Order: sequence, then C-alpha cells, then structure tokens
Amino acid sequence: MSEGSPVAIIAAHGDLATGLVSAVQQITGRGELFLPMTNSGMGAAEIERALLELVDSRNLRVIFTDLPAGSCTIAARRVLAARPHVVLVTGTSLPLLLDFMSHEELEPAQAATHAVDRAVRSLTAVGGVARGH
Amino acid sequence: MAIDLYRIDDRLIHGQVVVGWGQPLNLGFIALVDDEVAGSEWEQELYRMGVPPDMDVYFATPDEASRLLDQWNEDQRPGILLTGDIDTMRRLIALCPSIKTVNLGGIHHRAGRTLKLRYVYLTPQEEEALRALERSGVVVTAQDVPSARAVPLDDVLRGEAER
Repeated sequence: MSEGSPVAIIAAHGDLATGLVSAVQQITGRGELFLPMTNSGMGAAEIERALLELVDSRNLRVIFTDLPAGSCTIAARRVLAARPHVVLVTGTSLPLLLDFMSHEELEPAQAATHAVDRAVRSLTAVGGVARGH
Repeated sequence: MAIDLYRIDDRLIHGQVVVGWGQPLNLGFIALVDDEVAGSEWEQELYRMGVPPDMDVYFATPDEASRLLDQWNEDQRPGILLTGDIDTMRRLIALCPSIKTVNLGGIHHRAGRTLKLRYVYLTPQEEEALRALERSGVVVTAQDVPSARAVPLDDVLRGEAER
C-alpha cells in the first residue's frame, strides 16, 4: 500500500469513520490509508456522488461501510455498478481495517476478503468468571 | 397490526428505517412505494440487501399500493410505508384517503430547496404540497428517529424548530 496515500474509503454514520481512522492512526500510525466520510445530512444521491468523486479522483478500489442496509452501503452498491473494479465491504470494524492494511502484498479484493474472514473470527462474547483464590 | 408509519424519506430503506424504527416497532414489513424501484429488479435487490431475513419488503407503484393498502393494513405484523418524495406520497393519498398521518423522515438538500430542519429541506412547491395535504385533513409531522420530538408542519415550515 502506497506510503502516505489513501487506499480506501470508510463511509459510515455519524462520526464513526473519523473515529475508526483515529483508532487506526493510534495503533499503527497509518491512518492516512483511509479516507473517512460521513453520510450525515446527505441524501442518497449526494452520498453516491461523494463516493464516486472520491473513487475517481483518488483512484481508490475499496469502500468500507458500516450497516449492510445503510444508505452508505446502498450508495456504494450503485458506485460498484458504475465502477466494477471497486470492492465493497460492509460491517466495518477496527480488526477488519487492521487486517486489511497489513496485507499490502495482496490485491485489494483479496485483502478485503482476508480481512472479512479475520473480522468475523474476532467477534467473541466472553462471560464473567469469578476470580479464583 | 397495521402500517404504523407513512414516511417520506429520500434514502428509502436505510439504517434509520431498518434499525432506528424497525427495532422499537418490531417491524415485520416495509412497503416501498416508488415508480422507479417498482420497475427495476436491480433496484429491488439493492434495497432487499441487508434487510433482516424476517422482515418482508414489498415494492409497488402508487397505483399498485392503493390496491394493496387494505391487505397491508390487515397484516398481523407492524409495517412502515415509505416514499422517496412528497409527490409520490401525495399521489398515494389522493388514491387512499384513509391515510391520515405523514412522517417527514428525510428530505435532504438539493438545488432550490431551503433548510427547514436538519434533515428537511423544501422547495416552495414542496412546502405548498405539504400545506395542501394538511388542509385535506392529513397530519404532517417531521421526526427522523423515534426518540426525537415529532415537529408539527407549521414549526417545520417556519424553520424555527431547531433554533
């Protein structure tokens, strides 16, 4: 992944994308790999236009979104119809982004698939266990 | 049960609808009324994607919806009816005078529209269309999520609700 250049967009509700980029920056110092975008205050057409403009102007090939049924995902699906080389990943989480950026040797689509697998496996529910004496 | 909410939202099916309203209402179905979506399998698949498998999505034009409305209202599950713009809702209500409430959920900025609420922008023609709906006996309020206050149309049009 190119030094200092964004490789993917994170489009999400509220300030989530900015927060995820901030977390990536804190952990790896490479938050610049992701361009954050919020859908706040934007209609469907406006979100699609903004995504398309970022994809085209920055030559980006991956869009990460949050909710599978959210407006960012719907808009991204429309972008994919116009730009079939772009890959969409929904349900974005921090483990997913960290795995994606750690596989720069892979094509973006392969790195995205790998990251999804890793992110799914990172979901755990841990019950409380009384501390022993 | 019946259709609990008649909502105008230019994002149609999205997070606020599926999760924000869907969970507290325990939604069983969404009726999406839109000419373009009703005529396109691709658009329909787009909106079906991500909707929980136990939630049905029905697609219809306003004409088709007017014939299906009684059936939807007899459904035992709670439902939401969505249109993407004021004109589609106006056309549906003209065919279905039993609709007495309309929720403005999201009408976002575009050329010619002015800010009324954070999530409601209107042209003068759209303002007049909403006033005409109220004159015909329909109660119009703006409310993006269930926890927000339902803002009466007069307050929306004055643009003072959030000042």
